Amino acid sequence: MTPLDKVEGRAIPFGLKNVDTDVIIPAHWLKTTTREGMGRGAFEAIRKDPDNLFDSAEYKGAPILIAGDNFGCGSSREHAAWALGDLGIRVVIAPSYSDIFSGNAVKNGILPVVLPQTAIDRLMEVAATDPVFVDLEHQTVTTQFQDRFTFEIDPFRKMCLLEGLDEISLTEKSDAAIGAYEQKLDADRPWMRPAA
Amino acid sequence: MTRPRTLYEKIWDAHVVEQRPDGTCLIFIDRHLVHEVTSPQAFAGLRASGRTVRRPDLTLAVPDHNLPTTARLDAAGNRLPIADPESAAQLAALEKNAPEYGIRYIDAVAPEQGIVHVVGPEQGFSLPGTTIVCGDSHTACHGGIGALAFGIGTSEVEHVLATQTLLLQPARTMEVRVEGEVGPGVTAKDIILHITGVIGAAGGTGHVIEYTGSAIRALSVEGRLTVSNMAIEGGARAGLIAPDDVTFEYLEGRPYAPKGADWEAAVAYWKSLATDPGAAYDKTVVIDAADIAPSVTWGTSPEDVVPITGVVPAPGSFADPSKQTAAAKSLAYMGLEPGTRMQDVPIENIFIGSCTNSRIEDLRAAAAVIKGRHKADNVKWAIVVPGSGLVKAQAEAEGLDRIFTDAGLEWREPGCSACLAMNPDKVPAGERCASTSNRNFVGRQGPGARTHLVSPAMAAAAAVTGKLTDVRELLA
Repeated sequence: MTPLDKVEGRAIPFGLKNVDTDVIIPAHWLKTTTREGMGRGAFEAIRKDPDNLFDSAEYKGAPILIAGDNFGCGSSREHAAWALGDLGIRVVIAPSYSDIFSGNAVKNGILPVVLPQTAIDRLMEVAATDPVFVDLEHQTVTTQFQDRFTFEIDPFRKMCLLEGLDEISLTEKSDAAIGAYEQKLDADRPWMRPAA
Repeated sequence: MTRPRTLYEKIWDAHVVEQRPDGTCLIFIDRHLVHEVTSPQAFAGLRASGRTVRRPDLTLAVPDHNLPTTARLDAAGNRLPIADPESAAQLAALEKNAPEYGIRYIDAVAPEQGIVHVVGPEQGFSLPGTTIVCGDSHTACHGGIGALAFGIGTSEVEHVLATQTLLLQPARTMEVRVEGEVGPGVTAKDIILHITGVIGAAGGTGHVIEYTGSAIRALSVEGRLTVSNMAIEGGARAGLIAPDDVTFEYLEGRPYAPKGADWEAAVAYWKSLATDPGAAYDKTVVIDAADIAPSVTWGTSPEDVVPITGVVPAPGSFADPSKQTAAAKSLAYMGLEPGTRMQDVPIENIFIGSCTNSRIEDLRAAAAVIKGRHKADNVKWAIVVPGSGLVKAQAEAEGLDRIFTDAGLEWREPGCSACLAMNPDKVPAGERCASTSNRNFVGRQGPGARTHLVSPAMAAAAAVTGKLTDVRELLA
């Protein structure tokens, strides 16, 4: 996973609420056995409109996406995060996310920034003409107009993003603890193993 | 004396392997369900890193998402090929990966094959008090038997395959209490649609929802699975319903459920899991069951719910400006005008199926409405897709398949079907579908498809009249 610290550039002023993962990547794009090339299917229905934001000269390849409440709701498909990543997006800024999507985003080096709607409204305004600056280390979103918004992030997620950490390698360090848990489970509740 | 705890807290506490200083917990996973769509990249990851599956005995694989629901065997009993090469490749990958890693595999033509969330409880693989994950958000379904069950992404699928654990933060708890008795024609699906309308699509975000109250306790296991299935539609990664005698009676004797003395020990443990008196939830919503009507969605978010007796709302009727914008977009997509009576909305397609509503009780409810009637002429496509081969066999033994086919509906093979537009079962652009599935998102049932979420009985009623219909009028 590519580490992430500072991201600056144009931010797509998308703004819609309840954007579900079927909108981010429709199911027919899921019929693949790889993680690559999902960007072509990203926001497919929206991008059928030739005047869509994602393909405009101004926002094509922009590293930041601004959205409304409950971004990434619905399906658990990690393809949504792969699609955003393949589009070049490293940061999403929204008032809230579905729990599964925000986890998938972090595991793919995409930072889900949570800011209140008032901050979103201001950033949407700035994003119409100017870049936005995101600093994960200091947990800030700033603009060249003296806007400065700070955001909260779970420290574990922050560490994973800053270091580009592979969670499986981290968990493997707990191998002995997992083994001890399994032994205790077999002793205390042997019926937990599938019977057949 | 220990602090009173909720059902969620008890299951969570029993699964903590390790807690990191930052509060993140390593949680043991008791059951991992795997299907063909979200697993290939996870197995590829294992292969690339030279890792193995830590606990193949706790893993069960079954294809469901992109399998066509048409006949799978020819007259001679040979497997028919899948026409779509990408779907065929995903299925082939699962058929190769499962045995290679020693994972139990129910193949596409096995009598037990079906939708993973129907198969888990039906096989007794899903049990109360366990942690269950699957690369599918409707894993929340298994909360209906009192399991802490939630959907995960493909990176997490790989993490569970490799370590049988997940790194998680504890969720907040939310109680949705439904008290009283529901009226005639009101089913588990109407209860969860109504709840989703009340709490909103993000109402449960960051929470695990426990459904309580007399109206929930009165539900069968099938009904409870329907309710918990759609916890995710209210933003909650998991739903829970306390296991009780109804649950135990459903599970006893199922293939993977404990037997003999093990069964007694298991039941004793499961009985200890109910939320303690005095335990606090972070949030509680109380709903009067008498307020719940047969329900239907009008928009493109599962929170867009009205009673069938209601009308299409005007965007201006919502207080939140962003909801006004969203509602206007939804109505344009759905081709609906504010003020239109829901019962005047014509329907061209009917889908009875999905992990929400494809169990035997669902098929019985639909058949009871449609028996002796015929689908309306304007209904072009109407399919009934049982949730598993065992549900299909049971329905056929009861003669339900004949009731459907006599009425002009198609009787299909088990699978996810028209819930999600990744197999041949799709709704054409611009057409409406009365669907027993769980999501009315833009394009969910096919590009441009217009979905109205309803119960199986309501879908059957729409099939008969060719428009959205108050099923109570047909039951009278």
